[in-house]
Amino acid sequence: MTATHPGAVVAGGLDVARLRHDFPVLRAVVNGRPLAYLDNGATSQKPRAVVEAESDFALLENANVHRGVHTLSQRATARYDAVREQLRRFLNAAVADEIVFTSGTTAAINLVAQSYGRSVLRPGDEILLSEMEHHSNIVPWQLVAEAVGARIRAIPVTGTGELDLDAVPALLTDRTRIVAITHVSNVLGTVNPVRRIADLAHAAGAVVLVDGAQGVPHLPVDVQALGADFYVASAHKMYGPTGVGFLYGRLALLEAMPPWQGGGGMIQTVSFEGTTYAPVPARFEAGTPPVCQVMGLGAAIDYLGQLDWAAVQRHEAELLGYAIERVGTVPGVRFIGTAREQVGVLSFVLEGIHPHDVGTVLDLHGVAVRASHHCAQPLMRRFGVSGTVRASFALYNTRAEVDQLVGGLREARKVFGS
Amino acid sequence: MTDASELYQSLILDHNRAPRNFRAMEQPDRSAEGYNPLCGDQLKVWLKLDGDRIADVSFQGSGCAISKASASLMTTAVKGKTLAEAGKMFDSFHRMVTGAGGPADDLPSKLAVFAGVREFPARVKCASLAWHALSSAMHAPDTASPGATSS
Repeated sequence: MTATHPGAVVAGGLDVARLRHDFPVLRAVVNGRPLAYLDNGATSQKPRAVVEAESDFALLENANVHRGVHTLSQRATARYDAVREQLRRFLNAAVADEIVFTSGTTAAINLVAQSYGRSVLRPGDEILLSEMEHHSNIVPWQLVAEAVGARIRAIPVTGTGELDLDAVPALLTDRTRIVAITHVSNVLGTVNPVRRIADLAHAAGAVVLVDGAQGVPHLPVDVQALGADFYVASAHKMYGPTGVGFLYGRLALLEAMPPWQGGGGMIQTVSFEGTTYAPVPARFEAGTPPVCQVMGLGAAIDYLGQLDWAAVQRHEAELLGYAIERVGTVPGVRFIGTAREQVGVLSFVLEGIHPHDVGTVLDLHGVAVRASHHCAQPLMRRFGVSGTVRASFALYNTRAEVDQLVGGLREARKVFGS
Repeated sequence: MTDASELYQSLILDHNRAPRNFRAMEQPDRSAEGYNPLCGDQLKVWLKLDGDRIADVSFQGSGCAISKASASLMTTAVKGKTLAEAGKMFDSFHRMVTGAGGPADDLPSKLAVFAGVREFPARVKCASLAWHALSSAMHAPDTASPGATSS
């Protein structure tokens, strides 16, 4: 449905130099240096194909969806639902109706918390999270827990930055209704054993929500193999546009869930005596959805679909290994998170220099990283740090960019005389 | 500005390494906390007043070099000044770091080391965190009861 880039795949490897041509921003010069964009965990860059899919739709085909009998509207509706089918295949969902478009991961978690959570949680029930969750997989649950009198518990994180699985059985009680964990930690890069936790949760009678925001850019995702009842993510961290994301939910669960937000598009009939609601997924898509962005998401899935994923994963693993080795040579570096299974993210602190100051020196070196608490304050407390420097990688990053990062870190040490 | 040492001048590095008046104050007249939710930097400022004059000022907290050095230099700048003079200093400092004006005449010259911050919009809040806390403390009611704060 959208143009793919022919020839981007190189047999047996990844032609990164060629892929980089698809991302014009990677040629930017920042503070007199070539940009080394290592903030992909915050948002990835978008290939030309994604932006063109959005602008082509807006300029040449724009119409609302599920509204009109006219040709453009019908075409837009067909394309919108075709992206839903693309996502179904991308995630290996059973049916396309299990995919709900949202404005992003945060909205998807809030939807599940407010709709599913509010309808099943009773006073004294428990929601099990983990210490490594992003605030967006904590606060929505706190809001619903407060409203219904439920209790939040958290799986502890080990010193290497892995979930302490030994602690899970005791944390799963007959009051646990929901287990919500991240697929990949946005701070540590840890890949969590979702299937094992899902099996334990299901045995205890709980449903499992997986925050896939940092998972989908790096790992092939099969929601059925993972045992996820809900899986949520954002397009903008997987080379797509901001403003759109998705909720996958097992059909039986979604069908039993009440609407969250009311509005146009989610009803069957409306009268002042009462309203009946549309079947899923329309029930959860009140109002005009981000149609343009959905077209961009479709193009992002196409873009990823024409890559050799084994090669992408090999490249990313090699690059992360190289980064760990090279950053580790800088005196005073302490890694936060050294999990056996780690993708895409490298967090560390530089002894005696606040992460913010490291971030500023790196910026002056053309290196874009995130330096903060990464919206994961409980995890920062776990490791006894106020924040970390986080380099996060995408398929277009190179060893030269890692070298530039290391050069910036050495510069920071020089500036601070440490 | 593309050279880190233009931002991190030696005076800033010195006050980051060895912040002045970095201590809790017993029986302060005023106190207030400053918190930057964006980065988690937090500090507390204490004041001891002699009439409307700042007899003593101290701070404690955690933060980056810019916020710590700014707090430290601020304490050395406002000690002995009247509340009105310190308030004017805050206004001048704020104008300087936000780029609304150059280093003002009424600002002690050493505070001009923060003029470079204006080139770094993300760091303006770091430089002004302590000043905002000071301003809150100056406008806070007297802390007759221990632990009473305003922010």
